[in-house]
Amino acid sequence: MKLRKNVAISEAGLLFNPVTGESFSVNPIGVEIITLIREEKTADQINHDILEKYSTDKATFEKDYHDFIGILYHHNLIERYEETKA
Amino acid sequence: MSKIRYERPVIKKLETGMPNKFGTRTEYEPMTHIDGLSVKSLIKEYGSPLFVISEKTIRNTIKKARKAFETRYPKVQFAWSYKTNYLNAICTIFHQEGSWAEVVSGFEYDKALGLGVDGKKIIFNGPEKSEEDLTKAIQHDSLIHIDHLDELYTITELAEKLKSRPRVAIRVNMDTGVYPMWDRFGFNYENGQAWDAINKIMHSGKMELVGLHCHIGTFMLSPFAYGIAATKLAELALSVEHKFNHEIKYIDLGGGFASKNTLKGSYLPGSDTNPSFDDFAEAISTALLNSNFKQDKLPLLILETGRALIDEAGYLLGSVISNKRSSTGRRNTILDIGVNILFTSFWYDHKITPAQSFTQYTEDTCVYGPLCMNIDVIRESTNLPLLNRGDQVVIHSVGAYNMTQWMQFIALRPHVVLIDTEEKPHVIRLRETLDNMNSMEQLPAHLSKLNK
Repeated sequence: MKLRKNVAISEAGLLFNPVTGESFSVNPIGVEIITLIREEKTADQINHDILEKYSTDKATFEKDYHDFIGILYHHNLIERYEETKA
Repeated sequence: MSKIRYERPVIKKLETGMPNKFGTRTEYEPMTHIDGLSVKSLIKEYGSPLFVISEKTIRNTIKKARKAFETRYPKVQFAWSYKTNYLNAICTIFHQEGSWAEVVSGFEYDKALGLGVDGKKIIFNGPEKSEEDLTKAIQHDSLIHIDHLDELYTITELAEKLKSRPRVAIRVNMDTGVYPMWDRFGFNYENGQAWDAINKIMHSGKMELVGLHCHIGTFMLSPFAYGIAATKLAELALSVEHKFNHEIKYIDLGGGFASKNTLKGSYLPGSDTNPSFDDFAEAISTALLNSNFKQDKLPLLILETGRALIDEAGYLLGSVISNKRSSTGRRNTILDIGVNILFTSFWYDHKITPAQSFTQYTEDTCVYGPLCMNIDVIRESTNLPLLNRGDQVVIHSVGAYNMTQWMQFIALRPHVVLIDTEEKPHVIRLRETLDNMNSMEQLPAHLSKLNK
């Protein structure tokens, strides 16, 4: 899973996709996750980092994480597996 | 090192359309307490969901309503509309504040009598009054508001039989310029039905026509319609005086004042746009004072306001069961509050406030109830902070009709707690149990075993 190349995200949570011209607002934990994805961390590593830092449990975060990734796909901000391979 | 409070990750597309001229969402304070008691402690003590009613708000609201009318018109009487909320504790608060009882069935009539209301201070409305109900009402000298000619003839017969002279009014329906016109109750003003009924009563000599009543609609957003209704009833009362030299003692303008809830489809919140008690009082009292009543013959003005007096005093507390995504990516949140106990969500966009602090991030959310039924939707679309499973919410302005129109459907109905003026909680209706429900059922002998 890779964040699309030109996607820009600020610390304040403003995300811009220059390919489509769309802008997004992301909350702080969302910014952290996107940053970890950009650093090419695996889902397990992201899981570990977030659970270390935030007061939540594994099941809750896993559910929210997969939901969040689904929305990133939905907005075409993450490269699909086939695209990554190509 | 303590960990940071968790909030689920969220990404929201920024739409670059025309800006909303009323600005974007600027508020939501969490509602952590109701009348000094924490929402968390109330749910911990009494469970979730939970109805909470503020006695302080009820008393303040009826005082405000009385002030609006009594400062404008010399003779005013409120009658508590039982169907709006007939929990005994609630009715008693209104009676303590000087309200009479307004009932629409034998069941409600008995409830009022059971609470100790003087029969003379019970107004009996509605299209269905059995002979037994009418007999009781005549014997207690209550005010019977006649809905149709069949009822009028029944009362005539009962008056003879009981050797009594019942005190009656007729319900009048009329065109007040609002749509839809309610013409299914009572006698029509414009086509002469009301005048016919009055003549029948006056010529029979069996009843005492003491009042004229109308109830022009529900959740009325135009005070002017009440002004028209008051003018028409005044004209009718003056016609009675002119023809029969008989004084009509009261004009009852019924209920229907809008609360501060927001009707579905409204652009602006009801709290900003709906008329106040002062607006209704101004329209009604001006119409009556401008009519041709002599100063010493002004009729008593009766008001059967229900919704506007109780809605804001009621809260429904609940908890988040789950968050989901719809097939289109929309956020769906499931609460433990369903339409079975929040009947008014069919016509209001109820305000929902989280009971704990949250950040400024929000999502457009569809709020569902817990019932396994597709129409169980509390809010079709609302902008809510990021709620987690187990978070608690407060639904506002639920005091009217929910505790009378609620359904024992799929789940049992919850506790109702009243917070008194000294901020002490009291359970005023117990949560239902399976035994309660089963106690009303009977199994025929051949069905007493699962095996034949």
